[in-house]
Amino acid sequence: MATSSTPALLDIAEVSKSFGQVAVLRSVSLQVAKGEVVTIIGPSGSGKTTLLRCVNFLESYDGGSIRIDGKEVGYRDAGTRQRRSERDLAAMRAETGMVFQSFNLFPHLTAAGNIMLGLTKVRGKSSAEARAIAEHWLGRVGLAHKADSLPAELSGGQQQRVGIARAVAMEPKILLLDEITSALDPELVGEVLAVVRSLAEDGMTMVMVTHEMAFARDASTRIVFMADGGVSAVGPPKEVLAAETTNERLRTFLARFRASHF
Amino acid sequence: MLSQILYALPFLAKGFAITLWVSLLVVVLSLIAGVLLGVGLVYGPAPLRWAVRIFSDTIRGIPILVLMFFVYYGLPAAGLHLQSFWAAVLALTLFKTAQVVEYVRGAVASIPKGQSEAAMAIGLTFRQRLTSVIFPQAFRRFLPPWINGVTDAVKGSALVSLLGITDLMQAINQVIGRTYEAMPLYILGALIYFSVNYALSYASRRLERRFAFIRD
Ligand SMILES: Nc1ncnc2c1ncn2[C@@H]1O[C@H](COP(=O)(O)OP(=O)(O)OP(=O)(O)O)[C@@H](O)[C@H]1O
Ligand SMILES: [Mg+2]
Repeated sequence: MATSSTPALLDIAEVSKSFGQVAVLRSVSLQVAKGEVVTIIGPSGSGKTTLLRCVNFLESYDGGSIRIDGKEVGYRDAGTRQRRSERDLAAMRAETGMVFQSFNLFPHLTAAGNIMLGLTKVRGKSSAEARAIAEHWLGRVGLAHKADSLPAELSGGQQQRVGIARAVAMEPKILLLDEITSALDPELVGEVLAVVRSLAEDGMTMVMVTHEMAFARDASTRIVFMADGGVSAVGPPKEVLAAETTNERLRTFLARFRASHF
Repeated sequence: MLSQILYALPFLAKGFAITLWVSLLVVVLSLIAGVLLGVGLVYGPAPLRWAVRIFSDTIRGIPILVLMFFVYYGLPAAGLHLQSFWAAVLALTLFKTAQVVEYVRGAVASIPKGQSEAAMAIGLTFRQRLTSVIFPQAFRRFLPPWINGVTDAVKGSALVSLLGITDLMQAINQVIGRTYEAMPLYILGALIYFSVNYALSYASRRLERRFAFIRD
């Protein structure tokens, strides 16, 4: 866990964000240390997705500060809130990987092509180098034989594994995963979670939103429970997911969750 | 009768060449202008967006014939004298450009937001996102309506005959004027227009398949 002696890799401090009149994030603070796997749970609309999107500045935020490795995300500095240049933003986003619920693979590129795009355009690799890296990561996610397949030729689970490979091939400092198995048929969820687990074992720092509670309990170093745009509970899985928690909201959430999922 | 038509063939061929030349000019010029303005409409600064929006809505709200007469008879009043050929090409190009603008806008708008977000997430800059992710996909959406529009342009080019330009349509009318063989000549004309457009549709289907996201 992040303490004052080990500075957090990701430092979210009192971040707030509104869509028009609706406050979606209310002073959210969260520190994530290198190598941690933090899972965010919470009811629909509690701001989980919005928080993840703020971390790589797909979404701007109104107050507070988000730092990765000490560097302010999105703004030149938290005080003036002057937006970074397009080039700066792009460079910063390359340091955070993101995997999407809807995969968002580039349909006009092959599996390898999807992975190579950032490597050649952003990392400046030659296409031979990029191809080798793409093949390495496709191997890691069990899709070495699908390098030249188009996304439309892959199953959902395979597409999502390419999505993960595309993100990690950039060697991001932190990987963000937003309900990456929610769009999958149940029988395909396992193969994707297995990949996430192996990345965790390799020490990849991850922040993920998931409804796979069993997976969250086993794979996370900490679990964050969000409610109403704020962090309502945070701690080791065993504490947060304990049925006898005193946090009223959390207990309701877990009870409702168990009722619908088991 | 047949001999009269055969006798007129070189004349008709010349008209056909004019038809093709007008169509080609209109298609190429409107493609360039339409893509530039269309990208401006989607990504440009607000004043450019308004200007393109007004241009496109205005042009598309005017019958093409009115536009042609306006360019030919109206522009000289504003001090711009164009030969009938170029007046016709300009009018048809303006008309077509407005359509291409809409094809481009529609094609770009049809690309899901998740595509640019995924491109952002791997660190591509705005320009890289357009050239590597958005445009290659938008191109595939753009192709079918645009090719449809090309066949329209070939058919629509017959309007230039109204400015006295001897395209295929005008040539046919003149030959009919001399021979009084209306039906055979109109059928011949219809066959020629049809053949050109059939060839274009065939090519377009090949192209669309070539750029599909799934291989056969
Ligand atoms: N682009 C947007 N414009 C306006 N409101 C938005 C937008 N995105 C999200 N919201 C609102 O912000 C709130 C938080 O949304 P968010 O997607 O972050 O929730 P979530 O916790 O991820 O929910 P879920 O579990 O359903 O994915 C919701 O009330 C949502 O309606
Ligand atoms: Mg969400």
